[in-house]
Amino acid sequence: MFSRDRWLEIFETINKNKLRTFLSGFTVALGILIFVVLFGFGNGLRNTFEKFFKDDALNTIWLNPSRTSKPYMGYEANRRIEFDNDDMEDIQKRFDFYIEGMTPRISFSGNVGYKLESNNYSIRGVGPSHQKNEMTIIMRGRYINGLDVENKERNVVIGRLVEQDLFKGEDGVGKFISGGGRSWKVVGVFQDDGGDREERIIYAPYTTVQSIRKSTDKVDQIIISYKPEIGFAGAVAFEKQLKKYMKQKKFIDPKDPRGIFIRSASSDLKENDQFASVLQYIISFVGIGTLLAGIIGISNIMVFVVKERTKELGIRKAIGATPKSIVGMILHESIFITTISGYFGLLIGVGLLNFIGDKLEEEYYITDPSIDISTGIAATILLIIFGAFAGYLPAKRAAQIKPIEALRDE
Amino acid sequence: MIKIKDLHKSYKMGSNSLHVLKGINFNVEEGELVAIMGSSGSGKSTLLNILGMLDLLDSGSYELDGVPIKNLDETKAANYRNKFLGFVFQSFNLINYKTALENVTLPLYYQGLKRKDREETALNYLEDVGLKEWATHLPSELSGGQKQRVAIARAMASKPKVLLADEPTGALDSKTSKEVMALIQQINKSGKTILIVTHEEDIAKMCSRIVRLKDGVIMEDKKNKMKSAI
Repeated sequence: MFSRDRWLEIFETINKNKLRTFLSGFTVALGILIFVVLFGFGNGLRNTFEKFFKDDALNTIWLNPSRTSKPYMGYEANRRIEFDNDDMEDIQKRFDFYIEGMTPRISFSGNVGYKLESNNYSIRGVGPSHQKNEMTIIMRGRYINGLDVENKERNVVIGRLVEQDLFKGEDGVGKFISGGGRSWKVVGVFQDDGGDREERIIYAPYTTVQSIRKSTDKVDQIIISYKPEIGFAGAVAFEKQLKKYMKQKKFIDPKDPRGIFIRSASSDLKENDQFASVLQYIISFVGIGTLLAGIIGISNIMVFVVKERTKELGIRKAIGATPKSIVGMILHESIFITTISGYFGLLIGVGLLNFIGDKLEEEYYITDPSIDISTGIAATILLIIFGAFAGYLPAKRAAQIKPIEALRDE
Repeated sequence: MIKIKDLHKSYKMGSNSLHVLKGINFNVEEGELVAIMGSSGSGKSTLLNILGMLDLLDSGSYELDGVPIKNLDETKAANYRNKFLGFVFQSFNLINYKTALENVTLPLYYQGLKRKDREETALNYLEDVGLKEWATHLPSELSGGQKQRVAIARAMASKPKVLLADEPTGALDSKTSKEVMALIQQINKSGKTILIVTHEEDIAKMCSRIVRLKDGVIMEDKKNKMKSAI
């Protein structure tokens, strides 16, 4: 079916019917182009949305101690609750099944200097899994690791703006900064999408911080990330059990609304997920609509093309073309044109999206618009199939028309 | 070469049925140049279309070069047309985006010849009709007589048993008509069987046999002393 002669015949026909070829090719290319661009914009909107809401990891639970408001088991009201390292160990033992990572946070601030520069920065004593909770991005060096915590190393990770302030463009990694009368080794520099404030922070191993601050084992907050596979329901159950367990452990009245605060992203997560899926529906709807318009367009053109060629097909039949060869010729031609132009539409669309990049982020909330290449290819194939189908029906009718009737068609 | 027995054909026009051919009996020997004459509505074109397998018969029998032509589906008809018949139409019916040469090669394409052979053969036939220099021209660049000569070359290229011409001179002036008829006579002299449908007495007189149709029956069928076209 796909002999060289057939190809030559088709190239000849295409070459000599440029307007017709252009029209059908243009329809397909435009359809794919618009599909790719709109779909890409949709994805861009979603990217923006995710960026807004996902600076902090979603599978995170924050445990904050506060004062009790009710007396309980001999304890007075207004008692101050505190967390320490033992609490973390107990939680880990009790809820190992749910937990992906856990870190304390000890927050304070202090003067930190390098050579002649010095500034007041907020400092956080944390564990390695804190990086995931805050979605801290390491630019150079590394984050606080397990060995730092175990050996109470005086290693710190500094924010991008801390480095800028203190080192004036020099690479801070490997250098020593001073703070609290001691010197600290900078092992990493990070950035954070949460804004400037987030990039003026210094992270240190929490054990080191504890030993320096009068050797306590107290922590300000406990941050737990649960395994995402436990899902929304699992997260809610975990949160409930955790609260109950901690209240029991710290002798807090179960009915006391205070004492321990638990903040979690899981309750926000559901709303966010719903919004994201609504966006997804809108994107899909727009995509399908565009494709449908493209399919209708190419169908119309194919009907017109076959109609226009009725007489030619009659002549071909009169001199010996079989119906099969007529249908084959039209299909071959239409598939060839739609494939080539669909591919061009795809290329141009993807190119356009790449070109737009982040240009629309500020004003139109479209971040990094892009399209999954398999989606684009699937759309192109769909259009090719429908173009062929749309060509097949009129071609079959034209091939079955008696040559004498086709020849009369002026 | 052609044997037709008791051929009937009618067309449905809404609720009415129009009986066009009412029992035609008619044989053509090899090498004859037959003119089929009749006024419009006499059924001459219908007869030619049935002979050319462009249209189907209702009843009767049709045999071409010993092959009974019946139970035709479109594919079978297409193959027979390609093998047995060459067509020349009043309105030439050349494909307008193909050059003269490409038009002549087209039946050979459907016969499955190689491209090189097709072009060689087609060029020979164009030379026979005196248009070798016009091979690369589009039909729109040719005169009516030239177009008809290209159409004749195309009809001859597939080496048909019978050449069927439907008013081949109908769209041409008298001088060009004579030239085209001279070409047809020349092809006939080489032994080809040719049927021409015409309503012009002049043209009919240039054939070796004249068959007159009226209201779907043959009124007269006689030999004619062929008059040379030029």
